[in-house]
Amino acid sequence: MAPGVELLYWDGCPSHPAALAELRAALAELGRRDVEVAATEITSQAQAARRAFVGSPTLRVGGVDPVPPPPGEPAGLTCRLYRLRDGRHSPTPDPADLRDALRRLLPPPTQES
Amino acid sequence: MSFAIGALAPNFTLPDTYGNATPLRDVDSPVTLVVFTCNHCPYALAWHDRLQAVARDYGPRGVRILQINSNDAERYPRDSAEAMSARVGAGEFASPYLHDATQEVAHAWGAAVTPDVYVLDAQGRLAYHGAPDSDHGDESLAAVWLRDALDAVLGGRPPDPAQTEPVGCSIKWRPY
Repeated sequence: MAPGVELLYWDGCPSHPAALAELRAALAELGRRDVEVAATEITSQAQAARRAFVGSPTLRVGGVDPVPPPPGEPAGLTCRLYRLRDGRHSPTPDPADLRDALRRLLPPPTQES
Repeated sequence: MSFAIGALAPNFTLPDTYGNATPLRDVDSPVTLVVFTCNHCPYALAWHDRLQAVARDYGPRGVRILQINSNDAERYPRDSAEAMSARVGAGEFASPYLHDATQEVAHAWGAAVTPDVYVLDAQGRLAYHGAPDSDHGDESLAAVWLRDALDAVLGGRPPDPAQTEPVGCSIKWRPY
């Protein structure tokens, strides 16, 4: 498995199953089924602050947020607000933004010998 | 847990963003629509325009429409009274936006998420509780569950369904 994508979520927000499905769809579309996906539940304000968790869901690729939040966004147990490319609000990232970011941030697939 | 379909809604009077005391009931309104919403939740914001369209369409038909923010503004400053006023000032609301600063109304109503939608009949009894429609991401649905419920009550019929599952961000309760 390639180094993975981490999905940070808070159970008080219902968006993480959709986020996980959209993440897996984006990886499949990029032909990156080799990428490991790990889900981590954030359960406290202290943990949210430690992980710079600005809302559920938050993704990390090699420690980098593929859809960075606005500067100064506070950490907290809340649903995260994303903007779709057409300007609408959404609880999950725009699939095209996610796909582009994954393409940029993921290391190339390793060749199996 | 919310009160039951057919039960009388708990009464309240809350301030709007101009400080006007606003009661739940208006004896001249055949139907009252109450929406628990807020400023920061992506689900509330995704459904917001659809809900304002409902307010613009049904207000002239005598429906009393009240939108309420009950979130803890200390931990979630985007839900402060100032932020509410700014949104109203920007023309984002088609009906009064009330502040439940003590959260007593949300507790009494059993509201759980934003948005959480309640339709009351002329007697103030709960006729519909749930979501505006089945998908926050599909604007073409146009809050059809809510519109159907309002049409039913205006027509003297019980809504079918009377209950759907509200979907959204949990109401941000104050720590006790």
